[in-house]
Amino acid sequence: MTHSTPDLSLRHHRREQGLMLALASPALLVILLLIVLPVGWLAWQSIYHDGFTLENYRRIFSEAIYWRSFSLTFQISLLVTVLALLLGYPIAYAASVVPKGWSVLILALVILPFWTSVLVRAYAWLALLQRTGVVNQFLQYLGVIDEPLALVHNTFGTVVATVHILLPFMVLPLYATMQKIPHDLMQAGASLGGSPSHTFWRIFLPLSLPGVLAGTTLVFVLCLGFYITPELLGGGRTVMVSLLVSRNVELYDQWGAASAVGVVLLLSVLVIFLIVGRFIPLDRILGQK
Amino acid sequence: MGSGVESVEIKSASKHYGAVVALDNVTLSVAPREFVSLLGPSGSGKTTLLGLLGGFIQPTSGSIHFGERDVTLEPPHKRNIGVVFQNYALFPHMSVGENVAFPLRARRLPKADWPAKVRGALAMVGLAGYEERGVAQLSGGQRQRVALARAMIFEPRLILMDEPLSALDKQLRESMQIELRQLHKRIGATIIYVTHDQREALTMSDRVAILKDGRLIQIDKPAQLHDHPADSFVASFIGEASLLPVRRIDSGSVALGPATLRSARAIPNGDALMLAVHSEKLLIDDGADNAALNRLTGTVTDVVYQGESLRIFIALPDGTALSLRQPSHHEAYRRIPPVGGPLTVTLHPEDTIIVPKAAE
Repeated sequence: MTHSTPDLSLRHHRREQGLMLALASPALLVILLLIVLPVGWLAWQSIYHDGFTLENYRRIFSEAIYWRSFSLTFQISLLVTVLALLLGYPIAYAASVVPKGWSVLILALVILPFWTSVLVRAYAWLALLQRTGVVNQFLQYLGVIDEPLALVHNTFGTVVATVHILLPFMVLPLYATMQKIPHDLMQAGASLGGSPSHTFWRIFLPLSLPGVLAGTTLVFVLCLGFYITPELLGGGRTVMVSLLVSRNVELYDQWGAASAVGVVLLLSVLVIFLIVGRFIPLDRILGQK
Repeated sequence: MGSGVESVEIKSASKHYGAVVALDNVTLSVAPREFVSLLGPSGSGKTTLLGLLGGFIQPTSGSIHFGERDVTLEPPHKRNIGVVFQNYALFPHMSVGENVAFPLRARRLPKADWPAKVRGALAMVGLAGYEERGVAQLSGGQRQRVALARAMIFEPRLILMDEPLSALDKQLRESMQIELRQLHKRIGATIIYVTHDQREALTMSDRVAILKDGRLIQIDKPAQLHDHPADSFVASFIGEASLLPVRRIDSGSVALGPATLRSARAIPNGDALMLAVHSEKLLIDDGADNAALNRLTGTVTDVVYQGESLRIFIALPDGTALSLRQPSHHEAYRRIPPVGGPLTVTLHPEDTIIVPKAAE
């Protein structure tokens, strides 16, 4: 009896491990099927075409159009992220300090555009910003301008529409973080002699950084792969990486080249986050209690 | 420290939230270096009053003065008062040293002076050498001390404390009460302290203000409050008193059911009077023939052992319940009859407190 006990407990342990694996397997299967396989297949496409080849990657790093497009994509994403932060922070701040009823209203206004499709919103911006659009006509009516401004079919139009569409992804994480900052910290700051601006810069802003980090990351990453808005509002001149991918597939039937672009974009995002993670103390910002 | 200490005066302050009256015409003055507690049940207006003093809320009417100056409309950061909040309100993203230095930074004092001042403030609360610690690493009592150091470092003319000890366990709370008391004597600051714990208020304060439903009922020294309550609410709130309805006979006696009690104190006029019997004022009748004492006889209904003392509950013939306290001494055990037995207790006319019945 005594010598069989360790054997029993070992068998029990193994059974438990098997059970855990069985329970986790549906989730693992979903990840495998929906993420690992497609990305793996993508990567495989980019290096195998009638035998191994690095031709696709050589093209990316040697042809100017690719470099320009990548550079433009990162510039636009950065600009959109900064603009979304500048617009989103005051909105989230207002929502977090006003009485409950008002904050619900503010958040509802932020989320409302979500109920219309991205495509519809992009066309709406087109209608607003085109040469004969509302904005140009109004400015001409006021006499501010004589000739219609080129507000669309360029980078400007792309940025405006993208900021609008991605703004909720900035506001919501910001609001979630801000409304968790205890109100008496602000009162304490004021009572200890901090002017409203001093209290904001020294207390509120640092405590809202986790939300800033979450919001900017979301917006930046979503913007890198944004397709419909640059396609419709960029007018063919603002060639972002997503357009490069679709053209490679649709115009030239170059699946390998398209895959290579996707892989390079994915890797560059990972590299950026590794670098950012080294310089910004993420654990300190996210781990504060 | 304490060079800028001034008196505080609240003149006819009221605060209404729509139809709700949070504070109703409160007038209160606090002398320089005085320790005043605001005591009352929740919803009595004590936190509202603290908010008015701190500048976090504006009164609907009335004014607040620090020394000669009217500060009613002054924003919190210009008032130069230290506030210690109930849950400490330490800044979680700053170290202990940075927290304590916050008021110095906010006032743009020369950076070279900070370390010495921070060291001094932390030493004052017994946390010397804690500058580099994170707030999350501190225990409740240590956080309390940091909040205190932070509120004192800029030598405020007034320190407000909002139930600062309520989150601590009983033992720590009691030792912090004594410490705060000594600290107050040492730094000589004016302190206004909000609490709902009557023992805490009596232990620490020079004077205690009793609030109820937004009104100031009585402000007095602890002993005065205990022995000369203004009405039955104060009597029930301070100490451990049984309140029994009595009828006025003349200026020196009242009727408690069929019994007549003499009082050496002035008996207030009016019909609705209550006898406030503190349980420590009742003594077991030792049989001595002292006709001056009031005597009450009842039946023992329960004897509760509470460590250092015994609490004995008795019922008078008409069912009225009373309780008295005896030190848990062998002598006391001998004199208390078993449950159901008769017991006669005496109440000295000097301790026979008759108060008007408080409005419900």
